[in-house]
Amino acid sequence: MPRLKFPAPPIPPAFQPKPKRPGTGNGKVKPADQAAEAGIHVVDWIDERTSLSGGLRWLMFRKVPRGTNWFYTLGSATLFAFLSQAVTGVFLAMFYDPSATHAYESVRYITNEAFLGQFVRGMHRWGSTVMVILVFLHMARTFFFGAYKYPRELNWVIGVVLLILTMTMAFTGYLLPFDQRSYWATIVGVNINGTGPLIGPYLSDFLRAGPEFGALTLSRFYSIHMLLVPGLIAALIGAHLYLVAKLGTTAPPWIEAEEDPAAELHKAEV
Amino acid sequence: MFPPRSILGRHHPIPPVSSERKEPKSKYTADRGIPGAFEGETVTRRRLMTGTVHGLGALAAGAFALPALGFALGPVFKRQKFQWQSIGNVADFNQTDYTPRVITIVSGIGEAGKSTTYVRLRNPSIDTEPEDQYNRVIAISTRCNHLGCPVRFTEAAGKFICPCHGGVYDFRGVREGGPPVRPLDRFYTRIENGQVQVGPRYSVNSNLKRFSPRDPGEPVDGIGQYLYPSRFSTPQK
Ligand code: HEM
Ligand code: FES
Repeated sequence: MPRLKFPAPPIPPAFQPKPKRPGTGNGKVKPADQAAEAGIHVVDWIDERTSLSGGLRWLMFRKVPRGTNWFYTLGSATLFAFLSQAVTGVFLAMFYDPSATHAYESVRYITNEAFLGQFVRGMHRWGSTVMVILVFLHMARTFFFGAYKYPRELNWVIGVVLLILTMTMAFTGYLLPFDQRSYWATIVGVNINGTGPLIGPYLSDFLRAGPEFGALTLSRFYSIHMLLVPGLIAALIGAHLYLVAKLGTTAPPWIEAEEDPAAELHKAEV
Repeated sequence: MFPPRSILGRHHPIPPVSSERKEPKSKYTADRGIPGAFEGETVTRRRLMTGTVHGLGALAAGAFALPALGFALGPVFKRQKFQWQSIGNVADFNQTDYTPRVITIVSGIGEAGKSTTYVRLRNPSIDTEPEDQYNRVIAISTRCNHLGCPVRFTEAAGKFICPCHGGVYDFRGVREGGPPVRPLDRFYTRIENGQVQVGPRYSVNSNLKRFSPRDPGEPVDGIGQYLYPSRFSTPQK
């Protein structure tokens, strides 16, 4: 008997285990049944040692409010854009060389010679724009649906940090192909940072790792782009989704609140 | 020091409020109902252990975080070298027109470390700033002082023009139109045995007074020189 028990109410009937009809299988165990049994056994083994199933159930089988619509998928769409960037980025890093003298050549190699290189680079390049657009659309959804209000303010704040980090990814990644466009765009971008009074000049020295765009600038941008910021984004997405699961999502503003039957009962008692 | 109820959880009994309020509190954690209490553990011992563990944790975290931070911030505090490079004979340049020269701003990174400078000899009839040993030859930087695009000297107009946002500078590099915030930067120059040598960059205000090199977009007139202070990286002789 598998120990893993699924919760009864929220599971659609199609997913609920059906008892075997008597008389079928006439006592013989088919390989398919054995394979299913083995799979369940493995899952059970892990679950017995981690109790993960409770957490997964908590995360996945949530009630959503009436009126939930396609706009609620924009957050998940952003998440998938991020995952796509992460995966394609890891593979681009296998060919990319963040040195001022080799970067352009390595990107040229990826685009023109590596197998599927142009495709993977294209995914990453266009995907970055897609992710930025999706973040803004998702932000607009939560804004217009009033989803930033109590008790979800913290999720809005985390979202703003995610927005800034996403822009940081776009800015630091833009330099990496190291062609004329990325070089001058980065010069201009760093100089815009420098126009902040008092700390601006030191901030641009920090970004460039010196007073001029130099050998360290590209490697600095590369490490921010592929290690520092993705790590922060992944961690914050975790916190963001924890709060989504914990607090539940908001109903669209045009859905009227229902009378709470418990409150009705209470009124009647009084 | 008693933790707030919310973090105690409901399984930990809250100590009964004694009727005699003056009675001194017990020194044992078990008597006070502190979570995780064990036989004979006193409150001071608990504090000592907690403090030690937190202190060691902070020490261990600092041991990697502080060097990493210093490593990342180091370049901000590094002073650049004051270096000279030769760009040709005095006879190669004249007073009325600019001659472009490619100089190395940062070595070891190929083309990305090179930049163009426009060079001419000092012309007392237009160069009103006081003469000294560093401006007998005038070397204008092509880095636009709006946001750093490369400007080009257009001979027909006798002006420097920026391709990015339409910044225009006159023959001396003083801003004439567009978004730049100060004249074009210059490089120190000197003449050694008939050879013209170019040194580090310096910035100028609209009266062509020298300032330590500032980044583009940072005005040095009036309050600007204080809002955008000189950096630690400024080269020194
Ligand atoms: C890396 C970027 C982001 C990812 C991957 C992400 C992901 C998600 C997901 C999957 C949800 C679930 C509900 C839904 O999809 O609408 C959500 C909810 C939410 N997000 Fe984001 N998000 C991101 C950025 C942002 C930004 C920039 C903001 C706003 C500044 C924001 C604010 C919120 C809020 C307030 C909710 C709660 C919505 C509700 O309760 O109805 N998020 N996020
Ligand atoms: S960078 Fe020259 S005008 Fe903007």
